[in-house]
Amino acid sequence: MFELTLIMLALPLSAFVVLLLGGKIIPPKKSPFVAITAMAISTVLAWALLIAVILGKEFERHFTWFDVGGQIVHLGVILDPLAAGMLLVVTMVALLVQIYSLGYMHGEKRMNWYYAALSLFTFAMLGVVVSSSLIQLLVFWELVGLCSYFLIGFWYEREDASRAAKKAFLTTRTGDVGFLVGAILFFTVLGTFHIPTLYERAASINPNLLAVMVLLLFAGAVGKSAQLPLHVWLPDAMAGPTPVSALIHAATMVAAGVYLVARTYPLFEMAPVALEVVAYVGAFTAFFAATIALVQVDIKKILAYSTVSQLGYMMVGLGVGSLATGMFHLTTHAAFKALLFLTAGSVIHSLHTQDIREMGRLYPKMKVTAITTIIGGLALAGVPPFAGFWSKDEILLEAAHNHFTLIYYLALITAGLTAFYIFRLIFLTFFGDEEVEAHESPPVMTVPLIVLAVVSIFIGFLNSPFLNNAFGHFLGEKEALKPDLSIMATSVFVAFAGIFVAYRSYYFQPGKKSRLNSLLSKRILAEKYWINQAYLRTFGFVADFLRHVAYNKYFVDEFYQLVIVRPVHYFADLLYLFDLKVIDGLVNSIGWATLSVAYSVGGFDVAVIDRAIDHFGKGALGVSKIMGGFDVEIDKISVSMGRGAVGVSKVMGGADSKADKATEGLGWTNLRLGWLARGFDLGVVDGAVNGVSLLIAGIGKRLRRIQSGYLQDYPLIMFLTVLTLIIVVIFLGKK
Amino acid sequence: MIPLSYYLVLAALVFCIGLFGALVRKNAVLVLLSLELMLNAIVLNLIAFSNFATPVTIKGQIFSLFVMVIAASEIGLGLAIVLFLYRKRATIEMDKFTELKG
Repeated sequence: MFELTLIMLALPLSAFVVLLLGGKIIPPKKSPFVAITAMAISTVLAWALLIAVILGKEFERHFTWFDVGGQIVHLGVILDPLAAGMLLVVTMVALLVQIYSLGYMHGEKRMNWYYAALSLFTFAMLGVVVSSSLIQLLVFWELVGLCSYFLIGFWYEREDASRAAKKAFLTTRTGDVGFLVGAILFFTVLGTFHIPTLYERAASINPNLLAVMVLLLFAGAVGKSAQLPLHVWLPDAMAGPTPVSALIHAATMVAAGVYLVARTYPLFEMAPVALEVVAYVGAFTAFFAATIALVQVDIKKILAYSTVSQLGYMMVGLGVGSLATGMFHLTTHAAFKALLFLTAGSVIHSLHTQDIREMGRLYPKMKVTAITTIIGGLALAGVPPFAGFWSKDEILLEAAHNHFTLIYYLALITAGLTAFYIFRLIFLTFFGDEEVEAHESPPVMTVPLIVLAVVSIFIGFLNSPFLNNAFGHFLGEKEALKPDLSIMATSVFVAFAGIFVAYRSYYFQPGKKSRLNSLLSKRILAEKYWINQAYLRTFGFVADFLRHVAYNKYFVDEFYQLVIVRPVHYFADLLYLFDLKVIDGLVNSIGWATLSVAYSVGGFDVAVIDRAIDHFGKGALGVSKIMGGFDVEIDKISVSMGRGAVGVSKVMGGADSKADKATEGLGWTNLRLGWLARGFDLGVVDGAVNGVSLLIAGIGKRLRRIQSGYLQDYPLIMFLTVLTLIIVVIFLGKK
Repeated sequence: MIPLSYYLVLAALVFCIGLFGALVRKNAVLVLLSLELMLNAIVLNLIAFSNFATPVTIKGQIFSLFVMVIAASEIGLGLAIVLFLYRKRATIEMDKFTELKG
């Protein structure tokens, strides 16, 4: 069992590794099959594991990851009914989406990368599902976020795609900070990350503290599952390829938040306040997103807001009801929302537009897509016996039964809005008035649609009274609530009302004018219902205003832009200015100071020292002139003395001439020595000095060549020097 | 228990990969990445030695955490510089910056 689980996890991971490393060897046409094969085996294993768990072979195994000063951090694998069910949802949707992508992404470059990222995502998601340690779950959780980033930004050449990828990453990260803090708090307070141990120990601590801790975990779920107020990333994430939207942003990753709450559900149950927060956040998100979905014109945006809304529903299910209620809606939603996204992908693939105003009478041309979309729409709208009916009804039932009146009515209104907007989409896309060029998608795309449609029809029965609430019992629910016929009837009535309004407003009948977007338009109201003009003007104004606000998503993005993004930008600009003016200013002024000191020293040199030297020279000249005059007098004396001496010398002359010759000889010798010394000085001493400078100049010239200016040459030289040193040390050190 | 030498060999390999990248990659961002690899190889060494010398206390690990934080801020600075270069020159190819030529 344990080994099987690990193999199931390892298969998508190995597909990722193979595709990533073999990216240049595996031809792009073959690469999908690597991923799909791995995924198919994983899916079979997931079935096997689910059956094993149904037979009672659930297990939990954990071991020490690392031990830091006696604090043990665990890794663990858990396979309980919750995990087994979720594994099957993930692998099934992933497999179908990968097959579907064969058609949808046909001819795309970077096919290897696409399938590699999808495989990595599946691995990460399966990892989240089977983790039994909070920190390990967080690691996989972040990996899931990373893959989502890759895949939203798959067409990263497009500005909106790369922006959306960043936005998704940063927004979910905001929530993840809460998750991280929560996980660390659990570790500090309870001493372990191991979730089953946490259940045991949590009972002993203050419920208020526990509520804070689980709400921090919930913050992570809010980010991942696109709940208020962190829902802004999901609609933008639709910039990714449509199959990715189906897998990640509808069926699995966004459900990870719900799964996190489900996985730590016993902790939430110990802090009922936290559960109420979950329920209210979910209910408001469901309602709020549904109202936005009413007026959008981009087929994927409608589905995205629908997803946000349905995720809110799941949170309500967890908050007011039980683990099984929320998880059941997650499961049914995974089926029909993946289906709706894939049908939308089929339409987009054929028409190359996402604007439902540009679609029209597609039904005759794309019968399979149209019929499967209608099945998905009925399931989403909650029409019996389709999947959504059972899970949605159960949530409403729980809300009513546990006296969450506000939540009940919000959920009920949301159900009506849901039915309206999904059928608005269907009528405008498949039953509009415009004849558009279209063709049915290839079988590789339609077969997954049919499979998902069949699942969407039947999966609801799993937790219906007909099968004795098998799903709930499987997840450990003791006793299911008795179905309340009045609530059922109300929800079905609301769903049909929504569909009917959509039909009246958007279904095109030949001979009638198109009534696109006209539900709340003044003209129609005036014509049809004879409402007083003045009254209508006010009403119409209010309606237009509401539509404008909803169409612009309640300006939440603009609000964040104003409150968060702009201040951050301003602050960054401020810091930049600080850097430019203060820090750079400081550095520059030091430079200036040095320069001006140098200038003033130079001035001092010219003004004082040079002048002093000048004066000194002049003084010396004067002295020498005086000395010169003195010299002349001495000369005169010596001349007269000389004249006397001449007389004497003439006498001495004879004797002297011999001595003269000797002196002359001495003089010559002296002169020769002088010549010799000069030669030595010029040749040897100056030669040595010049030689040294020439040598230095030569070395310099050669060293200049090393300074190539290529940045990487410098570390290369450093590296070679260090290497030489090491070699020298090694060889000299041997002795 | 994995012998110390395994860690050291791994660290040496990572370091060499990083060094190679830092010396031959032409993209400035990849050079920064390679620098990080080298740094992490050193950190791995630190942890391995710490685990080998004083297995009970976790000084080496804590020290490595500090190194990582410093490395993170350093890479932030490096990326900012690269970004700035890109704005000035519209390229981050390392060979295009030859102002240091002697």
